[in-house]
Amino acid sequence: MDAQTIKSKIGERLVDVSVECTDADGYVCVDVRREDLLKVVSFLKEEPSLRLDFLMAITGIDLAGLEEGKGFRVLYHLFSYPYKHTVVVRVDLPKDDPTVPSLANLYGSANWNEREVYDLFGIVFQGHPDLRRILLPEEWVGHPLRKDYKEPDVILGFPATRTSLMDKIKAARVKGKEEQG
Amino acid sequence: MNDERLGETVESQDDLREMVLNMGPHHPSTHGVIRFILKMDGEVISSCDIDIGYLHRGIEKIGEKVPYQGFIPFTDRVDYLGAMFVNHGYVMAVERLLGLEVPKRAEYLRVLADELNRIASHLICLGSITMDLGAYTPFLHGIRERERINDIIEELCGARLTYNYMRVGGVSFDLTPGLRGKILDFLDGLEVFIDEFNRLITFNEIFVRRCADIGVISKEEAISYGLVGPNLRASGVDFDLRRDQPYSVYPELEFEVPVGRGWAGTVGDTFDRFYLRIEEMRQSAKIIRQVLRKIPPGPILGKVPKKIKPEKGKEAFTRVESARGDLFTYVMADGTEMPYRVHFRTGSFNALSIVPKKVAGLMVADLVAFFASLDVIAPETDR
Repeated sequence: MDAQTIKSKIGERLVDVSVECTDADGYVCVDVRREDLLKVVSFLKEEPSLRLDFLMAITGIDLAGLEEGKGFRVLYHLFSYPYKHTVVVRVDLPKDDPTVPSLANLYGSANWNEREVYDLFGIVFQGHPDLRRILLPEEWVGHPLRKDYKEPDVILGFPATRTSLMDKIKAARVKGKEEQG
Repeated sequence: MNDERLGETVESQDDLREMVLNMGPHHPSTHGVIRFILKMDGEVISSCDIDIGYLHRGIEKIGEKVPYQGFIPFTDRVDYLGAMFVNHGYVMAVERLLGLEVPKRAEYLRVLADELNRIASHLICLGSITMDLGAYTPFLHGIRERERINDIIEELCGARLTYNYMRVGGVSFDLTPGLRGKILDFLDGLEVFIDEFNRLITFNEIFVRRCADIGVISKEEAISYGLVGPNLRASGVDFDLRRDQPYSVYPELEFEVPVGRGWAGTVGDTFDRFYLRIEEMRQSAKIIRQVLRKIPPGPILGKVPKKIKPEKGKEAFTRVESARGDLFTYVMADGTEMPYRVHFRTGSFNALSIVPKKVAGLMVADLVAFFASLDVIAPETDR
């Protein structure tokens, strides 16, 4: 399965959808706009000659650290059990509006994987049946895997940093000397 | 109707029937810390919500703050019963980023370590299923055998649980002189043990009735929910990464892939998942014997640059057949000495997500059996 085949198949069947396909090391990378995502992925899943029936993983990436002013990227790694080929669907999202359609109706595993990306990146999956935090507590502030995330000093009432034993000993020595002198 | 006895107003009799049962986080059969919030009608579960994250250590965030080699010990903590697999997946991803060649002997040692680890992990899984169902003895037998694997791996790499054995470009230690004989001794004992274990518990009438036809997962559901590894094969999908998407030296080794056949009930039930793991241990033993026969002499560490700095924007993903199935590792580089993004999608995470869908109508005791057979361990779901 190469990039050209997939591009022509998508072009044949889906009108007004623009995709960029590139060959990579053992898989095909498909760049889509987010408004086309649902159409493209459901085509990739249903098309009898592609049958990408296994959603391996949903990976969120904050691109801000690579290039100034960039937003987020979501990767969908798809695999086909009947044909044993791999396709990676990439969606880039703007920083100020990180929303993307949910795939929960297509793949059962999308439900929890999308919740994880929402939890750690704050990317909102529209149409998700139950978009809640999954790994972190409900009352957590912020999304830790974003590059601009700052660790708070106090987390849920517990201090996030502590003074080391050596610092305490040094402070006590200084205090003792002051009292003597 | 109002019922003042409960101190609150109850709208109808139906509300009185439903009870919320909080199972976990500290419950012996939750295999770690997982909390089930069950809505119960008598002893029958009507719906279930799962609360995870108690063991979330932010390993993916740590990955962005330590150098490439420095992250290997952290990968051990992703799955503490199968640390070798996470090691393997991660170093393979970094090697793919750099385009490194790994010496043949190192690849064989990796496969050896992987398969030993698989047997150890399956022994714990099988033992804990039986323990959750009330049979304590088989668990101790499993632990006894696992202890011998721990001794072997300790001699191989110095650690018994969090191995930190693999390196980018190879492995850290070679076989010690007497280790080969010890492994062969263990494998001879394992064959005997498996037969003994089968006589002891597998075909026990009570055990079979507790497991057969419980929590049946169909082929379509298993694929849709992304079940992987033994859970997927028990549902009748004939797929094994080691055979179908081969990595390392698996193409040079011969083994069979057991697939669920409905040994005691329906295909994809709890018993299938249990028995398939027993069959997999036999295959792992077969692989280890071949590895010991075929392992070539040579270096165990390839030529690795002193500072690992993959190109900016380069990315790689790998899939490894772990004891809990297809382990997905994604690494992205930004041109510095630290990864830009590391992501693991583990088998337990997907396996756990199918539980709320399947438990309606089961009894609590069956939930315990069903859940144990999925071989979910909490640190792997939470990372």
